[in-house]
Amino acid sequence: MSTTKLSFKLNGHSMEVAIAPNTLLIDLLRDDLGLTGTKVGCREGECGACTVLLDGEPVNSCILPTIKVAGRSLTTIEGLANEEGELDEIQQAFMDEGAAQCGFCTPGMIMNAKALLNKNPNPDEAEIRQSLSGVLCRCTGYQKIVQAVVTASQMKKLQE
Amino acid sequence: MSLTFKELHWAKDIRVQQYLQPKTLEEALHILQDYRGRARVIAGGTDVIPQLRKRDIELEALVDITGLPDMANIEKDGDKIILGGLTTHAQVASSQLIKDQAGLLSEGAGSVGSPQIRNIATVAGNLISGQPAADTSIPLLALDASVTIASGEGERAVPLSEFFLDLGKTALDPCKEILTRIKFQPLGKDQGGAYLRLSKRKALSLPMLVCAVKVTVNKDKNTISEASIALGPVAPTPFRDRHTEDALKGAPINLTTLADAAEGASAYCSPRDSLLRGSCDYRQEMVKVFVKRGLVRALEQAGCTLD
Repeated sequence: MSTTKLSFKLNGHSMEVAIAPNTLLIDLLRDDLGLTGTKVGCREGECGACTVLLDGEPVNSCILPTIKVAGRSLTTIEGLANEEGELDEIQQAFMDEGAAQCGFCTPGMIMNAKALLNKNPNPDEAEIRQSLSGVLCRCTGYQKIVQAVVTASQMKKLQE
Repeated sequence: MSLTFKELHWAKDIRVQQYLQPKTLEEALHILQDYRGRARVIAGGTDVIPQLRKRDIELEALVDITGLPDMANIEKDGDKIILGGLTTHAQVASSQLIKDQAGLLSEGAGSVGSPQIRNIATVAGNLISGQPAADTSIPLLALDASVTIASGEGERAVPLSEFFLDLGKTALDPCKEILTRIKFQPLGKDQGGAYLRLSKRKALSLPMLVCAVKVTVNKDKNTISEASIALGPVAPTPFRDRHTEDALKGAPINLTTLADAAEGASAYCSPRDSLLRGSCDYRQEMVKVFVKRGLVRALEQAGCTLD
């Protein structure tokens, strides 16, 4: 199958890739670019494990045709730590609060929380739960995940 | 052909040979004409992509219309509100104009799928998928919305009451036509609306029952001048209960009227027995509750008090 050239921003860096027109974003990320932090759960846009940020908004990468990211800015879980490898507040808070059990949904949870805190640094619990509502976790019962996002928002405030 | 779990889960390709991104409506319609039914329109793709992966549909090409200009806006045109064909659920759910003047649609749009789905999926796509309880179809049907459909032969307007033909089937052929606009009259003075949804969880769940109500009241006479009641899934398509609506015309605003309407609507609906979405009996009971509750909320929004 013929390939198309595509440029976009990935985790702050300009990228150019050649892809077949039927490639879904998750497969480009995991198979071609080796970014396996983003997980494949249901592959049908339900579970949210594959969430990435497209121009800052959370989307399910498992059902997104890769061509749609042309000219846009994409952030994956690998893009959250800074150049020195220092973790994002949300990642740190997930560790501190013990918010992961099997860890499979964690990238999806963190990316949705990231989109929320970027827009609203001071969310209440209802807003946090709403922002995480598109990711299924089958282990934790969600309490510690919600708590981790609360903690992350407080950490952010302390730094500022 | 049924696929095993392993085949389905790891099959990565969506088996299309071309992914086309026209820049104008004319170009998009030309492409569809050239492919004669072997290409299909895709916008958000949150329904189309899973269908392609499951091999429910087979196509040669996808025609991505998200690059078409001026189709992703929410606008006021005279006394009507117009949603462009590419307007997403997230846009509608967060629009102050929709919240203020068509709250029932705002709530419906905010209930679809998940935040990630709402960021991508279009309201037009929600209509075109033709599901009987689609969260924006039901309130738009109650609002008497109409859609504009463009094809190689020109444009036509279709009222939503004539748009839904059968389960998964609408008046629009996505291999030929493009939905360019959704138009409806916002709620005005002496009008109120309500949206109610029954589901197993608060998020990421298909509805067991959706009900949308719009009322117009005559405050001098303390009567209901007009009511629309839309329900799903109680029939193969989103359903307008004209029978109960007729009975409500001119009826006095009191609890007896609401109780009669609830009984009437329930008798007129035939939800399927479903292990996932509840039994027919249960959902008929819930139709009563929702129609009554919906009317109460809509009447309150219209500024009426119930004794």
